[in-house]
Amino acid sequence: MTLFDRTLSQDAETPLLEVDGLTKRYGARIGCADISFDLWPGEVLGIVGESGSGKSTLLSCLAGHLEPGEGRVLYRGRDTVAMPEPARRLLSRTEWAFVHQNPRDGLRMGVSAGGNVGERLMAVGARNYGTIRAAATDWLGRVEIAAERIDDKPRQFSGGMQQRLQIARNLVTGPRLIFMDEPTGGLDVSVQARLLDLLRGLVREMGLSAIIVTHDLAVVRLLADRLMVMKSGHVVESGLTDQVLDDPQHAYTQLLVSSVLQV
Amino acid sequence: MTDQAYNFAYLDEATKRMIRRAILKGLAVPGYQVPFASREMPMPYGWGTGGVQVTAACLAPEDILKVIDQGADDTTNAVSIRKFFERTGGVETTEHTAEATLIQTRHRIPEHPLTEDQILVYQVPIPEPLRFLEPRESETRKMHALQEYGLMHVKLYEDIARHGAIATSYAYPVKVEGRYVMDPSPIPKFDNPKLSGSPAIQLFGAGREQRIYALPPYTEVVSLDFEDHPFEPSKADHACDLCGAAETYLDEVITDDRGGRMFVCSDTDYCTGRQAAGHRGRLSPEDAA
Repeated sequence: MTLFDRTLSQDAETPLLEVDGLTKRYGARIGCADISFDLWPGEVLGIVGESGSGKSTLLSCLAGHLEPGEGRVLYRGRDTVAMPEPARRLLSRTEWAFVHQNPRDGLRMGVSAGGNVGERLMAVGARNYGTIRAAATDWLGRVEIAAERIDDKPRQFSGGMQQRLQIARNLVTGPRLIFMDEPTGGLDVSVQARLLDLLRGLVREMGLSAIIVTHDLAVVRLLADRLMVMKSGHVVESGLTDQVLDDPQHAYTQLLVSSVLQV
Repeated sequence: MTDQAYNFAYLDEATKRMIRRAILKGLAVPGYQVPFASREMPMPYGWGTGGVQVTAACLAPEDILKVIDQGADDTTNAVSIRKFFERTGGVETTEHTAEATLIQTRHRIPEHPLTEDQILVYQVPIPEPLRFLEPRESETRKMHALQEYGLMHVKLYEDIARHGAIATSYAYPVKVEGRYVMDPSPIPKFDNPKLSGSPAIQLFGAGREQRIYALPPYTEVVSLDFEDHPFEPSKADHACDLCGAAETYLDEVITDDRGGRMFVCSDTDYCTGRQAAGHRGRLSPEDAA
């Protein structure tokens, strides 16, 4: 067995992300409490729950935007809570990606589309304009933005295009793990459907692992392999997506599933 | 004539000591912006309050002071700062670069090569090169600390995308000794190569923003660029119309309302010196000598 084979098989045998007893308190109130799960390479985990259930707090703790009070988060065996900030910031612009609900939070609105996509490349040392430009053009194409819009500012884009641009900007460095906070929030349904289609394609094609926070059950039905249901900061139910949605066990999950309007 | 109501060079000794400390720290960490407790000066912000404080802290009675405003010795800013130190410090002043021991400058580096016996003080409006892309001070400090300078190239990328070339022509960002990215103050990028390896001490003072940074002598200063769009110092493609110099930075002067214009050295001392030595340009008066 060569060294390369061994790392490969190790990669497949160890989880990408191991979360153990993660707790975040805001003073006396609980943000999220005692969360534990493993995320495997290539797996998409959905986190659903009502507003204020701690979904976004959990995501921010995982992505290193918030410091959790207790618990451990291991990324490929490295503790991301204890690791020094430079290392964590390096991770977050190379191996991780974060898609915000509001594209304004994730894009630089004063910088052209090409510059937005190229920023992560330049942040990891790309210094050739032609190469950066080519990569940006390529990625705009992959998220279905016309190449001639490359020098337009994001504020000249529609909401759906801004969201696709944000995805391109995040995926250009080929991350392994992508955090998404309500990626389809605020978009109308037909645009949502196309965005989901695109995301599903990219996740499968690049073998990405993803954690998707949403309150939209249709989104997780389409994208997620596994599902966690949160309420009041706690995970009340978890399992395979179809299993949880088709045969909900916990009272809250049953309420959630039955609240969806059938058209 | 020294005005006896003031301490030598206006500032009190405790303030000068505080500023000297900041300067020493700046020299020890080239390109790093050292915060200092900037004082109110008897002139408005934007007129060089940072530079004046650095000059006051460095000035000794035996110094010979020169003040430059956009290359010129005879414009408002230069004249009033020179007078200010004549009156509060009683120091000798000059317009000749070679004679000066301390030079305060607004947005130019003199054409005449500097020496190890000279200090060059720059006036800086906005010391943070990342400011226009990242408005949060807490974030820009972190970016400096962790050397996350990708954003600076985003600015240059935008230039090329919009104009086909790096159109930034002044306040062109530089990297100091491979570590800190620094705003060289709004000097034309023509002057950038002179920042590097200069035998003189270079000090930068930003009064409103309360920052001092410095380049010790012979510091390596590299202008940022792309592999396929290298840095190019640029100037107007003419020779000086008064002294004929072809290698100096030029000002364009509109002379009438029928499209008449002339190009003259922005460094007035250098230009006068060349004219005195007999050099002539396109518009020099006939047999002026």
